[in-house]
Amino acid sequence: MSVFVLRRLMQSGIVMIAMSVIVFFGVNVVGDPIDMLVAPDADQAEIERVIRDFGLDKPVWQQYTVFVSNAFKGDLGTSFIFGESALKLIVERMPATLELAFMALLMAIVIGIPLGLYAGLRPNAISSRLIMSGSILGFSLPTFWVGIMMIMLFAVMLDWVPATGRGDTISVLGMQVSFLTADGFSHIVLPALNLALLKISLVIRLTRAGVREVMHMDFIKFARAKGLSSSRIVMVHLFKNIMIPVVTVLGLEFGSLIAFSVVTETIFAWPGMGKLLIDAIQQLDRPIIVAYLMIIVVLFVVINLIVDILYSILDPRVRLQDAAN
Amino acid sequence: MNTPNTLTVKNLKTHFFTKAGVVKAVDDVSFSVKPGEILGLVGESGSGKTVTGFSLIGLVDEPGRVIGGSILLNGDDLARKNEKQWRELRGKKIAMIFQDPMMTLNPVLRIDTQMIEAIQAHEDISKQAARQRCREALVRVGIASPDERLASYPHQFSGGMRQRVAIAIALLHEPDLIIADEPTTALDVTIQAQILYEVRKLCSETGMSLIWITHDLAVISGLADRIAVMYAGRIVEQGSIDEVLDTPLHPYTKGLIESVPSRNKRGAKLYQIPGMTPSLLNLPAGCAFSSRCSAKQSDCLVATPEITQLGEERQVRCFHPVKQEEMA
Repeated sequence: MSVFVLRRLMQSGIVMIAMSVIVFFGVNVVGDPIDMLVAPDADQAEIERVIRDFGLDKPVWQQYTVFVSNAFKGDLGTSFIFGESALKLIVERMPATLELAFMALLMAIVIGIPLGLYAGLRPNAISSRLIMSGSILGFSLPTFWVGIMMIMLFAVMLDWVPATGRGDTISVLGMQVSFLTADGFSHIVLPALNLALLKISLVIRLTRAGVREVMHMDFIKFARAKGLSSSRIVMVHLFKNIMIPVVTVLGLEFGSLIAFSVVTETIFAWPGMGKLLIDAIQQLDRPIIVAYLMIIVVLFVVINLIVDILYSILDPRVRLQDAAN
Repeated sequence: MNTPNTLTVKNLKTHFFTKAGVVKAVDDVSFSVKPGEILGLVGESGSGKTVTGFSLIGLVDEPGRVIGGSILLNGDDLARKNEKQWRELRGKKIAMIFQDPMMTLNPVLRIDTQMIEAIQAHEDISKQAARQRCREALVRVGIASPDERLASYPHQFSGGMRQRVAIAIALLHEPDLIIADEPTTALDVTIQAQILYEVRKLCSETGMSLIWITHDLAVISGLADRIAVMYAGRIVEQGSIDEVLDTPLHPYTKGLIESVPSRNKRGAKLYQIPGMTPSLLNLPAGCAFSSRCSAKQSDCLVATPEITQLGEERQVRCFHPVKQEEMA
């Protein structure tokens, strides 16, 4: 196991180097931030001073080496707009996004798996067909539109929950979280559900497909021949088998929940990293964009590692291959 | 001869109600098994032998249903059981061993989990006591170092070992009847021989009855006491193993025996029964075997032959049974 983790960490290092090159040079060919940063009536001397201050007078490769050497010291650059550390700005907003993503993940599991199980065990029932048709809607309707419709229905017309913002937060382990306060919870439900909708559909379909496949396996019939109760067969024999693909996919999807909460955060004015990124892109705040993407890469790498470890816990056959290597 | 039968099946009918029509997978099948006896149920793929096995343990999948007949296990009619009563019987009174040992054990659960749950499904017993029973059951089927094996996962076993585990699970409650559905077909010949030896020993030791479903006459000839040959959902011939194999009466049985490769007929072309099993969806009128039968006559195409009882155990379902002088 430790060899496996070590090897994965080395691979991750290579991924991060490649990613930093692509992102850094990519951002540098798009637009000129100076136009955004200086006043329109600034004279040439003023403009050159700003360019020098931000280190934009050096060739790109030199800017990159400066970025890399600073990055090793934990400095991912300073925001052009805020004049603060990009890393600090992102980390400040990270709890909000993580909270939203976790909430969405939880919803995907708590809602998706039972519905998928039900639809898989009773494939011909009308309720199962409704669930499956609903999941197609969840897949195909665009997130931003559903978000707007949800605001209209639940916040404006029914007035059940507020439409925007985080509400009250309390500090848990140094992180500000909203789901533990009543007001905060009412704020997070709608955006989390919006973000989770696609994942719920995904989990329903995955679970159902797994159930349909596994229920016809010989070992399920053998378990029935042993005289086991159907609840034991479903909860132990079936469940452990279908969890393998579900955990894999959900783990990978969790990264995308964080990375692409951008849309949901924008619609619900959720003060997370995604909103920060959108603002940074509009203002060509290069350090923020680069720092954000680097953090997302690290997140993906960490999540994939956790998924691999979880996977080996669920599926004993993976463990053996590992030992053989 | 007067010992009561462990199992008496009378006029069993299991039909599948598909969109294309009713498939009579098991149609009017009757047989019986005595305590300690091994019955070989022989037939081609699609002859209904596996469905017969599943009917006896109440595991016929939708759209199939047992629609008629009786299954008497020690006088208790199983055909009238509800699902809850079936669950109490399965594994306890009747056990089943499946064809492919690679598929019968759950890949993500340890052997001890899968064995202990089988015991606890029927008995209120502590985990430790159940584990001790599992250990003994594994030793009984010839598995060395059972403690180590109990903590393993199925993929750490060979096919033969897995089948031994499946047999051990079937034996846990010392059932009255074990249904074995081609349990050695997926194994290599040496392992097959070992398993056959163990199974026969266990049957004579415990007095369990065994129904061995197979298409392999060679296996049956060394194992079974009696044989029932199935064709297109019906038993066409049954009797003691020696009688049937030495003097087959039904042309189909004769064809099956002649198509077994033998060392004495080296170089000669192996006999094949012409044609293939008819679709159970639209069986021809008259005898189902008539289209492939070399001895068919006009009456075979009109009516379905009934069972002719010849002696206490011997019966055949044919208008024109093979005359003995033909078997040279």
